[in-house]
Amino acid sequence: MVEYRDQNAPPGGPYQWGMVIDLDRCTGCEACMVACKAENNVRIAGEDEAAKGRAVSWIRIERYWEGEYPNAQLKFMPVLCQHCGNAPCEPVCPVYASYHTPDGLNAQVYNRCVGVRYCGNNCPYTVRYFNWFEPHWDEPLNEQLNPDVTVRSVGVMEKCTFCVQRIRAGQQTAQKEGRRVKDGEVTPACVQSCPTEALVFGDRNDPESRVSKLAESDRGFGLLEELGTKPAITYLKRIK
Amino acid sequence: MEARKDFFLTKQKRAGERAHWELIQKANSDLLAPMLRTGPAYYLIVAILALLVLAAAGAWTYMIQTGIGQTGLHPPIFWGIFIASFVFWVGVSHSGTFISGVLRISNAEWRRPITRIAELMTLFSVIVAALFIFVHLGRVWRFYYLIPYPNQREIWPNFRSPLMWDAAAIFTYATSSLIYLYIPLIPDFALMRDRVTGWRRPFYRVLSLGWRGTQTEWRWLGMAIRIITILIVMVMISVHSIVGFDFAVSLVPGWHSTIIPPYFVVGAIHSGMATVVMGLYLLRKTYRLHDYIRLEHFDKMGKLMLLITLLWGYFYFVERQVVWFGGIPDEMTVLDAILYGSYAPQHWVMILFNFLIPLIALSIPRFRRWPLGLLVIGVMINIAMYIERILVIVPSLAHPRLEYAWGRYFPSWVELTILVGSFAFFLLLYVLAIKFVPMISIWEEKEGILHGRHEER
Repeated sequence: MVEYRDQNAPPGGPYQWGMVIDLDRCTGCEACMVACKAENNVRIAGEDEAAKGRAVSWIRIERYWEGEYPNAQLKFMPVLCQHCGNAPCEPVCPVYASYHTPDGLNAQVYNRCVGVRYCGNNCPYTVRYFNWFEPHWDEPLNEQLNPDVTVRSVGVMEKCTFCVQRIRAGQQTAQKEGRRVKDGEVTPACVQSCPTEALVFGDRNDPESRVSKLAESDRGFGLLEELGTKPAITYLKRIK
Repeated sequence: MEARKDFFLTKQKRAGERAHWELIQKANSDLLAPMLRTGPAYYLIVAILALLVLAAAGAWTYMIQTGIGQTGLHPPIFWGIFIASFVFWVGVSHSGTFISGVLRISNAEWRRPITRIAELMTLFSVIVAALFIFVHLGRVWRFYYLIPYPNQREIWPNFRSPLMWDAAAIFTYATSSLIYLYIPLIPDFALMRDRVTGWRRPFYRVLSLGWRGTQTEWRWLGMAIRIITILIVMVMISVHSIVGFDFAVSLVPGWHSTIIPPYFVVGAIHSGMATVVMGLYLLRKTYRLHDYIRLEHFDKMGKLMLLITLLWGYFYFVERQVVWFGGIPDEMTVLDAILYGSYAPQHWVMILFNFLIPLIALSIPRFRRWPLGLLVIGVMINIAMYIERILVIVPSLAHPRLEYAWGRYFPSWVELTILVGSFAFFLLLYVLAIKFVPMISIWEEKEGILHGRHEER
């Protein structure tokens, strides 16, 4: 196979984007969900569609109850695309709409997608969202669409991109200045908006980055990693 | 040659020859009759079926205009009735090749009135199945991304995807079953060329490829049929295995199982045979073909169905038993939902219709010689096999590993309209075909009469 040139290749090897989610810090405030919607032009499904189970949020807070009342305890777990190193969604796509970027992102090429939805079935995290209808935004929500991000058409699968538009902008700035992206220079919208800093994003190829150090924690685990998906997101276990 | 022999025949034997000759003449006229005589009931049926197909086409158009959201699908259930129908129709298509292929290979004499009926079913149900690939696409206007064609961007389809294997398999199967249907039709087309008048004459002249019936032509025909029969049985097994791979190679609990491909092949033959029996019954009744489709045929089809019922039951039991014994929690969630949970009623109806009732009924020799009874069994098996396709797809998808995302699914009116339309489309193609090709292979039937003569001597 011909290796294609990575035009954004930084000095000293490629990036490996990754995230750490500290479950102990997550309060379930859902700021990440709102920020993600605003940043990525995620469509508003509306009440009817949401009732049918078609609400969209590229990052969601899963809520689990533990124990019985009155000793019930609430647990939150933010779940977004895990950008698996060995992603189950990728080999099943018949048209290469779901593919892996050299810097470790699981990308979705909206223009290429024909909508067979196999990737959605094969994703064990259920984090892929389909455009059942042509998306629309009620006034005045359409005024705040992000010009850096596409609006996905009807019939294609979409998902979290780790805010690839921000990553690319950061990479280009760094490349112009002939250096690597500094730790913390690029932050996806969810990471930026998390009030408790439960979410940390960065380059896993940089051993000094915050994300690399946190991921080494004893509390770290990958969600459903027993499936061999090699998720790029490390969760940090909750401390009782 | 024959005439010279006749000279030395005794009077008695000569009378026998004449009786055979009359039988052959009778076969010609009996079997061509459905093509040449058309009653008002026929037009009524065609009109009703066409209306249903139009309704489905309308529903599909509406869905293309607005989006796949017109279905009842939602995460985590991304596949529903369309894929179930696709698998079902591919399954029905296995009737033709299995029945006619296996019976031809084994030189079963009783195959003669069955092969054509079955082969036509293959072709038409593959067409319907292929349509469902398109119906199911989110952006059907971009379907050509699935075709490997050289393009400037050097992007090919992903041949690691089972869906690409599917597309290739369906295309291969449709092409080969068309050839498989066509080759044994050539002598019959020639017969019609010599018998019909008007616009049909040039039509059949082209289709019969200048067939004259020489000894060499017959030898080539026999050889061609033998070769394609063996090939198509292999294609048939691989095609439904590939449809099974769609599920088996995934990570989804309930799908990821090595038994799924062979199990799908057996299930396909199960529903295919049931459909052939239904076809046999209906054609026999409508066109009074009692002399050709005899009780003996129902008896033998019944025996074959009994065999497949047992095989299906065995595969099904093994699949469930292995999961149950393993007790992996994610897998057990799906199994529990099917055995005792919200899918239990459908599941037990399926077991009853697909296994228990056919097993008991078909074990009784008297029952196998009761055509109406076999029709009922055929209908039951097909209903059960459709439920089975749904049960493969929906419960697995409804219970993904993260419980937070669990969901339920019920088809929308658009899906149901298209489903009904697909059945109507299959029947419509079949009903129209009655007027274009003889439903029973005339030359094979006559060959059978001659074989019978040789046995008498």
